[in-house]
Amino acid sequence: MGQRKLFAHEIEERLDQMLLLKLRQRSPKEAATQLEAVPREHQECLLRWVGIAAQSSNELGWLIAVQGAEHAAELGDRLAGLARAGLDGFDRGGLEAARAALADAARVLRKNAIPAPQRVSFADIEARLGCVLQALHGRPLRLAVGARTWTDGETLWLPESLALAPDAGGNRRLYTQLAVMLWAQARFGSFNVDPEPELAQWDDRERALAWYALFEAMRLEARLVDELPGLARDIRALRGPWPEELVAAAADLARPAATAADSLRWVAERRRVGAGETPKFLHVGAMDPVAARRLRAARIARDSATLRRALNILRANDPHSRGGAGDESHPPLAAEGDTVPADLQAGDVQGLPPDAQAAAQSLAQDLDVIPPEILKPAGPGAWQPEERDEGESAVAAVTGKPDAVYDEWDYRRVAWRRDWCHLYETEGPAGEDAWVDEVRSRHAHLIRSIRRRFEALRGEDKAERRQLDGEEIDLDAQVEARADRKSGSEPSPRLFIHRRQIERSLAVMFMVDMSGSTKGWVNDAERESLVLLCEAIEALGDRYAIYGFSGWTRTRCDIYRIKTFDERYDAATRRRIAGIEARDYTRMGVAVRHLSHLLHGQNARHKLLVTLSDGRPDDHGDEYRGRYGIEDTRRALLEAREKGIRSYCVTIDRHGADYLPQLYGPAHYSVIDDAKKLPSKLAEIYRKLTA
Amino acid sequence: MNSAKTVTLATPLTRATEEPYYHVVGDEVEVFAAAAQSRLPVMLKGPTGCGKTRFVEHMAWKLGRPLVTVACHDDLTTADLVGRYLIAGDETLWLDGPLTAAVRAGAICYLDEIVEARKDTTVVIHPLTDSRRALPVEKHGEYLAAHADFMLVISYNPGYQSVLKEMKPSTRQRFVALDFDYPDAALEARIVAHEGGVDEATAQKLVKLGGLTRKLKGAGLDEGAGTRLLVHAAQLIARGMNPVVACTAAIARPLADEPDTRNALDDLIAAVF
Repeated sequence: MGQRKLFAHEIEERLDQMLLLKLRQRSPKEAATQLEAVPREHQECLLRWVGIAAQSSNELGWLIAVQGAEHAAELGDRLAGLARAGLDGFDRGGLEAARAALADAARVLRKNAIPAPQRVSFADIEARLGCVLQALHGRPLRLAVGARTWTDGETLWLPESLALAPDAGGNRRLYTQLAVMLWAQARFGSFNVDPEPELAQWDDRERALAWYALFEAMRLEARLVDELPGLARDIRALRGPWPEELVAAAADLARPAATAADSLRWVAERRRVGAGETPKFLHVGAMDPVAARRLRAARIARDSATLRRALNILRANDPHSRGGAGDESHPPLAAEGDTVPADLQAGDVQGLPPDAQAAAQSLAQDLDVIPPEILKPAGPGAWQPEERDEGESAVAAVTGKPDAVYDEWDYRRVAWRRDWCHLYETEGPAGEDAWVDEVRSRHAHLIRSIRRRFEALRGEDKAERRQLDGEEIDLDAQVEARADRKSGSEPSPRLFIHRRQIERSLAVMFMVDMSGSTKGWVNDAERESLVLLCEAIEALGDRYAIYGFSGWTRTRCDIYRIKTFDERYDAATRRRIAGIEARDYTRMGVAVRHLSHLLHGQNARHKLLVTLSDGRPDDHGDEYRGRYGIEDTRRALLEAREKGIRSYCVTIDRHGADYLPQLYGPAHYSVIDDAKKLPSKLAEIYRKLTA
Repeated sequence: MNSAKTVTLATPLTRATEEPYYHVVGDEVEVFAAAAQSRLPVMLKGPTGCGKTRFVEHMAWKLGRPLVTVACHDDLTTADLVGRYLIAGDETLWLDGPLTAAVRAGAICYLDEIVEARKDTTVVIHPLTDSRRALPVEKHGEYLAAHADFMLVISYNPGYQSVLKEMKPSTRQRFVALDFDYPDAALEARIVAHEGGVDEATAQKLVKLGGLTRKLKGAGLDEGAGTRLLVHAAQLIARGMNPVVACTAAIARPLADEPDTRNALDDLIAAVF
């Protein structure tokens, strides 16, 4: 870029404009001075990211501006990476997390300033490592980038990139080894013993922890010899022989019965003999038992509750169990024995639903055994399944956990916002019967003619004559062949009829806009056209489903079931069509993702997603409005296309529809200028689309 | 057309000369034998490559009946099962399909992955599975009563392809069903060692690898490695091939195309061997 650099006062002005700093009595002077020194390209890069961040929160924008300016000279091109880390942190846990993420990222990015061909970055290997961890036994673990290599038992923090080995393959293997060693800490109970009493006796806590990590690495490596022999061999080759004075410890910790307590014993031993510097090994990470044990305690409480609840249900539903739930005299599950070994779970545990089984597995990892008191039924007053009534569960479904979470595409960051949208799927409310009847009688004539036209489209078996092979003999061909033979000419061998089944193998999903802007005649038109369409499609016999969507911010994306693929077009469905009403906003991307997911599960050769809407994607707050929403929706439609789903949009947009070609492609939408025409047009559009 | 000659060209009936290897897991042999005696049809459910086909071969040998195996595909029609007319010179010949041949000869007819076939094929199966025990061969004008030893066996894979390839209850409820799953690790290792001709230690590693891939079901893989794939790998190893190369070729490559999953499988193979 040949442009001149921005002066400090210009930068100040731009920052103030974006972040309203004057109002908050903050001075951008220092940041601006730091930024003045770097090339224009980097100045603009940071300012652009500050602008993006400011759309989420001014405070976040300020954080990124300050951190970015401070490190701008060193980071150069990698400023974007810093900003992205901050935004991700903010999405995850607000400003505090953003601050921590920024600090981490700044440290990591600075350290890895020199690019090297053998360098392997975390981003390159994340998906692959995730897959490996998934295959390993035990509690699911998350992967993240951290300044240190360590785990709290739920997340593995790995370096942002590795360039220690001379080639890329070696660095990839090193990543795998680090990840598996951390997995082993969670799997083989490194945090099941409280190390504090021992650590407290050391002057230098860091050194004690380093020794502890080393002894644990010895112990876990021995466990890996059984579990993953190839990897254990690689690790042995990497570390070389243990130092002379540690050989005895390594041999002791390699016993199958060794636990974290034995590692601590050796830490104590080091303290007695006067520990020197801890030898450094590449595959040994850091340890933070305080953080890990805090999470462990919360996890144990959570898993115990899950498991106990599931056992209660099991027991309440078990016809062979003597005594009712809460009857303490015959606790059938307590009779399993004192403890259940970690991996050999009792039959009861195996009969549990998947979440409870996962909880049991997790508990077994945390406690080495599942304690008997958890397997005992809860006493009176505890949660009982039959106490729950219908009304309560309906409320819980609305306010409780979302039915699904989806990622959302942020075009400004060119990255996903993970688990960003919370989606709730509920049954559409029922409307009046009378309305549907009225529509049907008003449009009786139209319905009849639509049905007639649609019936003509029905798929039938087509007999293909004169085939080499087939189910039946083609008599005409046979007569001809015979005549040919008699007259001495070569008879045709094509003597059979093959019946080719022409299936209309089609599944159609209708996605109906229930946003507030459809209120009034657009909503009426939508409902009327759905009634007509259903009549028409029934004549055709295609599989179809209708879902409504609406929402209010990312944490409240609603999907209303009007008709699922398996439901029939009956009175209840008609009432739900009548009940479609204008609600909140149009966060379209998440709706497309959810419904194309449902559609993807259908067994049909052709899948079609038809959107019925009245305008561009929009949501509460200004973030989703405009380009962001369009880009996210476009992304969602692309994902759908990758799944083999074709999309079509029918829209009544009074403001023109300049964005539609971008979203659906030039030939895949119709704009209807007058809502009143929608009912008669929609069926026709559908016929053309599927003929 | 009834006068047409009936031929059974290239008979699909096979009879095993030696006992097909099968390791009994539970009471499946007793249930199958009892169903055979009671002339009831049997349905085998289970994931790919866990020994369903081998079990049927073993039982056919044990019961001393010929076996017809039909691998169903989505273009398999009724005519493919029942039979069709052929023209040879001036004559029309009737060719029995595999199902008809089995019904006539008193064989076991094994329809593998029945849900893959066209829906109309279930119609011809129905009369064979209830007290009628007959096969209407409409085109040939024949109502064929089943031979006393005829037995229908179908298989299907509940984990496959989601709910769509589900069997209708009206069909399901005609069968005695047996659940198949991968055998437990120790037994599977013995099977892999026997079938693949490798030592116990190698077989155990293969089974360990199989277990790891099965955890990836739904997370990159449609299905984990079945016992059959493990046996294939073992057979390559038994020929002196490097275990990592053998597993990559026989397990990782058949399972996955997607780069991340493929690489992860390579990492797992390296981690186990």
